[in-house]
Amino acid sequence: MIELQDIHKSFDGREVIKGINAVFHTGQTNLIIGQSGSGKTVLLKCVVGLLNPDSGDILYDNRSLSAMDKNERVTLRTEMGMLFQGSALFDSMTIRDNVLFPLHMFSNLSDKEQVKRAMYCLERVGLGESASLFPAEVSGGMQKRAAIARAISLNPRYLFCDEPNSGLDPLTSIKIDELITDITQEFGMTTVINTHDMNSVLTMGEKICFIYQGDKAWEGNREELYESDNERLNEFVFASKMMQKKTRKQVQ
Amino acid sequence: MTPFFHVGRYSQLMYRTFTVPQRWKIFVKQTWKEMEKLGADSLPITLLISVFIGAIMTMQTQMNSENPLLPRYTTGLVTRDTLLLEFCSSILCLILAGKVGSNIASEIGTMRITEQIDALDIMGVNSANYLILPKIAGFVLFIPVLVVYSMFFGLLGGYGVSLFTDLITPSTYIYGIQYWFIPWYVYYSLIKAVVFAFIISSVSSYYGYYAYGGALDVGKASTSAVVNSSILILLFNLILTKLLLT
Repeated sequence: MIELQDIHKSFDGREVIKGINAVFHTGQTNLIIGQSGSGKTVLLKCVVGLLNPDSGDILYDNRSLSAMDKNERVTLRTEMGMLFQGSALFDSMTIRDNVLFPLHMFSNLSDKEQVKRAMYCLERVGLGESASLFPAEVSGGMQKRAAIARAISLNPRYLFCDEPNSGLDPLTSIKIDELITDITQEFGMTTVINTHDMNSVLTMGEKICFIYQGDKAWEGNREELYESDNERLNEFVFASKMMQKKTRKQVQ
Repeated sequence: MTPFFHVGRYSQLMYRTFTVPQRWKIFVKQTWKEMEKLGADSLPITLLISVFIGAIMTMQTQMNSENPLLPRYTTGLVTRDTLLLEFCSSILCLILAGKVGSNIASEIGTMRITEQIDALDIMGVNSANYLILPKIAGFVLFIPVLVVYSMFFGLLGGYGVSLFTDLITPSTYIYGIQYWFIPWYVYYSLIKAVVFAFIISSVSSYYGYYAYGGALDVGKASTSAVVNSSILILLFNLILTKLLLT
């Protein structure tokens, strides 16, 4: 479980995150949604520790991030996996070496066991046969899957995904969403996903936080989303014609 | 941003860089790779430039020293001392600041803007130590090899002039490059080159590491890396010459 307690973050005097409180539960896919520029990415970067909040705290299973020393933070980070918007695979390494990298750095497994674990992760995301290719030689969807394989290689307790579907076609997006949901349940992780893809919201949203101009404007699950009378949320959710049709059908 | 800001941030980065590697095996492997990429791959350009500069220096010295009071071997002596004292360390490193510096800054800068450095940080890897230390170690360890080769090939270029032109005879040239040889000049050149190699690799890493934005910004970081490395090389050349030679 990850608990956000009154997180504030400003840049050059401009407050980007305005006191957000939230709880992300284990074994669930927790979504942070909002328009571009609403502060989702800054919030996620604060949660993972890439940015230090100006005030507030983040509790990882009751362990305070702000109270951790350098070594405790390194230990915590080995419990995290992250899928970046652009995959962030190391382009000088093959896909197999990308997945092997965290194992080389942090596991005490033998070389043979490391390779076995890396291949298991790659096969789990359906990339067993592309292991020897470089990131530039595979499609965007395959890069995302490789990044997921790398993120889960150390068996993390927490998985963070920043816009996992950006730049992907709808079909591949659905596959990535399914993969993240399956992996979350299979490994019993606390997964936090940053997205503005409404398909993802409606298929994965077990817990949804809607961020509006740096503030948490709404919280609930995908069922409650349809019934909400929050004006800002409805503006965001029902902006596309597809969503309007979908809702009409549901009402009928 | 003031120079003090850069000095402070550079010092912080170096503090994070010079820590014990998390995995020695990976560090050694990375250092070997960097020695090959930054050092060995610079050998062809180093040799080419050294041969030509050695040859040109011999020709120009000979053509400008027609005073009958000057002994004929002066050309060899001047060529040798200029190569040892200035070309094989300072000028060579200024050239390498362009090649190696832009390579380092653009590589690390691209990793920054494509979030690869963030990915390392998220994993708990000390990204500065993992990325920068092998580059500094690899280049600093390989630079003496480049300098020694540069000295040899520079002198060889001058010998070529004596062989293929009638400006100077080979025996006079050989006598000149052996005359009044001071071994300290070689050490002086090597010490300077090691310092310059550290400047090139660390300053370029600094500009790459803090690149922000897109492709254009990586280009700007690369340019800043080369310009500032060159300025620092000139400054430290002056300081080291004062400390080591006078």
